[in-house]
Order: sequence, then C-alpha cells, then structure tokens
Amino acid sequence: MSASVLYDAPGPKAVVRNRIYAVLGSLAILALLAVSIVRLSDKGHLAPEMWDIFNYSGIRENIADGVVATLKAFGLAAVGSLVLGVLLAVARLSDHKPVRWAATGFIELFRSIPLLITIYAVWVGFLTDYSMWALALGLSIYNGCVQAEVLRAGVNSVPKGQREAAYALGMSKTQVMVSVLMPQAVRAMLPTIISQLVVTLKDTSLGFIILYPELLQTARLIASNTQVNGQYPYVSTIVVIGCIYVAMCLALSGLATWIERRGRRAKTGITMAPAAAPVTAADPVGAVVGAGAEVPDGRDGTTN
Amino acid sequence: MNVLLDNFSEFRDGFIGTVEITAVSSVIALVLGLLLAGFRVSPVPPLRFFGTAWVTLLRNTPLTLLFLVFFFVVPEIFFPGMSPFLLGSLALGFYTASFVCETVRSGINTVPLGQAEAARSIGMTFTQTLRLIVLPQATRTVIPPLSSIFIALTKNSAIAGAFSVTELFGWQKLMSDQGYDIVPVFVWVALGYLVVTFAISGAFRLLESRMEVAR
Repeated sequence: MSASVLYDAPGPKAVVRNRIYAVLGSLAILALLAVSIVRLSDKGHLAPEMWDIFNYSGIRENIADGVVATLKAFGLAAVGSLVLGVLLAVARLSDHKPVRWAATGFIELFRSIPLLITIYAVWVGFLTDYSMWALALGLSIYNGCVQAEVLRAGVNSVPKGQREAAYALGMSKTQVMVSVLMPQAVRAMLPTIISQLVVTLKDTSLGFIILYPELLQTARLIASNTQVNGQYPYVSTIVVIGCIYVAMCLALSGLATWIERRGRRAKTGITMAPAAAPVTAADPVGAVVGAGAEVPDGRDGTTN
Repeated sequence: MNVLLDNFSEFRDGFIGTVEITAVSSVIALVLGLLLAGFRVSPVPPLRFFGTAWVTLLRNTPLTLLFLVFFFVVPEIFFPGMSPFLLGSLALGFYTASFVCETVRSGINTVPLGQAEAARSIGMTFTQTLRLIVLPQATRTVIPPLSSIFIALTKNSAIAGAFSVTELFGWQKLMSDQGYDIVPVFVWVALGYLVVTFAISGAFRLLESRMEVAR
C-alpha cells in the first residue's frame, strides 16, 4: 500500500502547507547536519590529514585483512548455521519424543541467551586461543537455532498433499524429508534464510569483543594506533568502516530481494516468504508466517 | 551455586543494570520509532526521505559499530561527558527505533483501505486519520512483532556491557576474569536474561488479550 491512501490528492491549500512542512523539515535536517559538521570540523576531525590516512598502503592492507577476516568468520558461520539449522529442524520434526524435546530445549535455550554471551562463553570456556573458531561457533549455534525455526516453518508450509503423495508412493520417512519436504521448504524460505545471513554478517562484529581481528577490531586498532594532529582519527575510521559494512549488508539483502522476485515469477505454486524478515527473537514461526500474511511489500521484518 | 552466593551484590547490580538499560532504551526506541513511522507515511517528501535513510542505514549497521559511534563520535558533536549508561541506551534505542518504525509501518499497511478512505471522506485530516482511525487499529497487529523486538533489545543490551555499562554480561566477564568456572556463570547469566525476556513476553501477552476485540 502506498502512503497516499492516508491522505487525499492535495488541494491548493494543502500543497502550500506541504511545501512549508517540506521546507521546514529539510531545514531542520540540514541544520542538524550542519551543526554536526561544524562541531566535527571545530574539533579537527574533518581536517584532510585525518582522511589522508586511507591513502597509506599499510592501512589499506589492514582494512583488506579485516574484511577478509570478517568474511572468513561469516563464511564459517554461514555454513555452520545452515548445517546446524537443517539438523535441528529435522530433529524438531522427528517422531521420537526425546529427540524432539532435546532439539526444542537446545533451540529455546540458545535463542533466548544474548549471542554475545554465548560467544564469550565459548571463547573463555573452550577456544581461548582460537578466537575465529569461537566466533564462528557462537554465531553458528545461535543462527543455527534461528535457521532451524525458519526451516521448520517452511516444512510446515508445504501443502499436506505433498507429504501424503510421497508416502503413498512408498517413500520412507527419510526420503520424504530429503527429497520432497526439505527442497520445497528451502525454496519457500530462501529470502528469509538470506536475511538471517545478513544478521549473521552484522553479528560477526561481535568478534570485536573477543579480540578477533575482524573489520571492527581492525578499525579500532587503526584509530588508536595512528595519531594525526595530536588526535586519534576515530571519526574518519568509523565512517569508512561503516560504509563498508552497510555496502556488504545491502549487497546481501539485494540478493534476497532478487531471489524473492525470481521466485515470484516462477509458477510452481509454492509461495515465497517475503524477503528481509530476519527472525531472531521470541517466535520466529509466528513472525515468518505473520510476515508472509501481513506484509505486502515484503520489506518489513523483525529484528536483531 | 557458590559463584552466585559469593558475588550476589554484583549479580544483583548487573541484573538491575540490564533491566534499566532495557527500559530506558525501549522508551527511546518506541517514541522515536513511532515518529519515524509517521515520517515514512507522511505527505512531506523530505521527511519520508529522512525516515527511509534512517531505517536503511541503521538496519544495515552492526550494533557494535553503532556503539563505537555513540562512544567516540557523538560526544564530539553533542553533550560531551555523557555517562556510558545514557550513551549505551541511546545507541540501543536509535538502533531499535528503525525496527520499531518498520513494524509500525507494516501495521499501518494491514489496516483495511476502506478505514482510511472512510476517515478521509468524512473530512479528517492526515493527522486525524492516523491518530484516531489507523494507529489504534494498527496497534493490535503490531503488538506481537513488537514483543519480539523488545526481547531482541534485551539480548542486544549485552553489548552495552562490553562498553563499560553495568549489566549482566559485565558480571559474566568479571566472574570469568576472576577464574570462576564459565559453565555455572553462564547458567546464572542465562537465567537472568530469561527472567527479563519472560517478563516482557508476558506483559505483551497481557496487553494483547486486553486489546483483543471480536471481529
């Protein structure tokens, strides 16, 4: 729905009023920006030397290393969380009560604990010398639980007839799961799965706290080791690193939107969940199903 | 058990800290999120643009980076010397506001078109339509996803602990630095968070049943 339903096509008076609001609004926003820029340049953060540091090949290499380290942790965590997600989803849908209960308990426990605390506990408890693996493992556990719930919602959204037809053909339960239900569930949930991967990518920045030299940690090291004009270039480093993060995340979300659009075009009769509904908190199933039912433009979701 | 009893006062402070930062940043996120949602559906293009830019930027920035911004950049521009607690609450609140905004906007989208049209046809202005007709109805659909957002906020508040705000993660760090076994510490901290998140989901369930109407 476009916003225009909330108000009529403006008449002459409303046009004038809207223009006044537009001017006032832009002035307020510009004033805020101007104040920020003036204050920053007063403190010398906008001096050319502060931004010159990014011309040094050493600092560029540092940033490139940081990006590689971030992507490495992200890749490991992505694979780990997807594998764990499939395993947990299958376990949650199992016919055996103990397996189902164990999986449910695991998912509920790790989903309700802050990710940072899981990562920190893994780091201190088991992998003190391997911060990359601690980060990847922590991320895999948490996001695996979320992906499991997403996949479960996907399996449950496959029409009942599919399962019944597969059983009627004499397939075993494993065959039904592997060759009928899971492929359709993954396909239906692909946008949501990728949106959750965006969350995973963002969360690699928690490696900062366990001293893994990923992008953010690199940024902090650059900022606190380089002194320009007697000051530390926190502002310029944060701006540059922030742009890199936003670009990476937007690229991944763009992929989700593209896949969603492709899925909508294909006429398979399986509906795709809308993209960008990263599900983390209380009730992913409800959130996913709810998002599918309620959000027509598909750009809204929950949070992390 | 010993690790809790021996350090109970620190644990209590950490727990209260988590509750406090959650409460303060929830209020910030709610107020700001509603305002931004209003911006995003308003007829004024610059405000719409501002809302969209805010949501796109903040939803694609890691929260840890945002904490760095609030601890190193914001004091250079406004209010130098603010307490870590306030800076942390602002970072959490600003971040969560973008999610609240998107939820409220999608809630507005679920209100049947005829409602807004009827409101307009009896001569209501944009503000009146939004305030009297659309938002009260949107509230009902928005409550369940909002509860998830505030639970996520509670969990995200752990990051504030790494930036020298007193809360539960800080306690876990302190205890593991003192050489306590990480497993019991982890369990107690987890229980602390469970209490807060259960309280939030309980409160929202209550709210939901209060606002329920037969349709």
